[in-house]
Amino acid sequence: MRVTGTLVRVVAVALGLAVVAAVGVLAQEPQTQFVPADTLPQETLPATPLVFAAYAFAWVALVGYVFALWRKIGRVERELADVRSALARRQG
Amino acid sequence: MQRVIVPGLLAVAALMFARAPYLIDAAPYESTMGLVQKIFYFHVPAAMTSMLSAFVCGIASVLYLWRRRPAADHTALAGAELVVVFGVIALVTGPLWARKAWGVWWQWGDARLTITFVMWMIFVAYLLLRRFGGPGSEVMSAAVGLFGMALVPFVYLSVNFWRTIHPTTDVVRSLPPEMAWPFRWSIVAFVLFYAALVLVRVRLERQRLALDEAYAALEE
Repeated sequence: MRVTGTLVRVVAVALGLAVVAAVGVLAQEPQTQFVPADTLPQETLPATPLVFAAYAFAWVALVGYVFALWRKIGRVERELADVRSALARRQG
Repeated sequence: MQRVIVPGLLAVAALMFARAPYLIDAAPYESTMGLVQKIFYFHVPAAMTSMLSAFVCGIASVLYLWRRRPAADHTALAGAELVVVFGVIALVTGPLWARKAWGVWWQWGDARLTITFVMWMIFVAYLLLRRFGGPGSEVMSAAVGLFGMALVPFVYLSVNFWRTIHPTTDVVRSLPPEMAWPFRWSIVAFVLFYAALVLVRVRLERQRLALDEAYAALEE
């Protein structure tokens, strides 16, 4: 019973999304004519933010990974030292 | 020994990374792409390091399946994790370059892009298997690592075999000296950094194994 209810909800959400998508497509106005350009359109996308974002991402990813690795190693080595000292106390 | 090698590798790599932006800035602009082509100097070394790491993981996986030595398993795991780290850099910087050069962020019909993404997903699957697979997942993940390595030649040669908008491998060989120098510099920096990270990551796994053994001894 619960499975059927979930299925009905999933189908209802999917149908709702399909209707929204269909309305969005139908709402677009079709192009009715082609207008020739006087000059070639100029490229407006600047390269600087893309280059900056690429290098920034590479740096953040590498530094972030090194930082995470260092923290994990520190935690494991501290825990290992604790367990070994507990083991030594029990044996000694 | 490792206490000397790792800081040494990291120090040299850090100095090279610090110098790299000046060399990349001094390199000439490419004639059709202009400034955005400078992403190449980090994008390609990251992708090459990722492929190198896939080989490290694959070879270590074969050794683990053959001999069942923990050291091979630790190396395979380190390799897989670094495929994902360097792979994500290549997969993010590539679309940033493509948006300007090709007019699209991503092209699913392009063999190089799609196979690279599939290879990256295989190594993500490797890590998920290790994280959630439970006992015995080392053997299964070694097989996954082997499949991941098998994809590397396809990734590398895809631009020569199939029609694609991605530049071919000849681009690297035909670089003029003023572009080749910063490119090679970046590759060496990435590889040295990678070598240091592999050693540290293997050490982490070795310590985790020692911790498990210490807990087991404590419970006896």
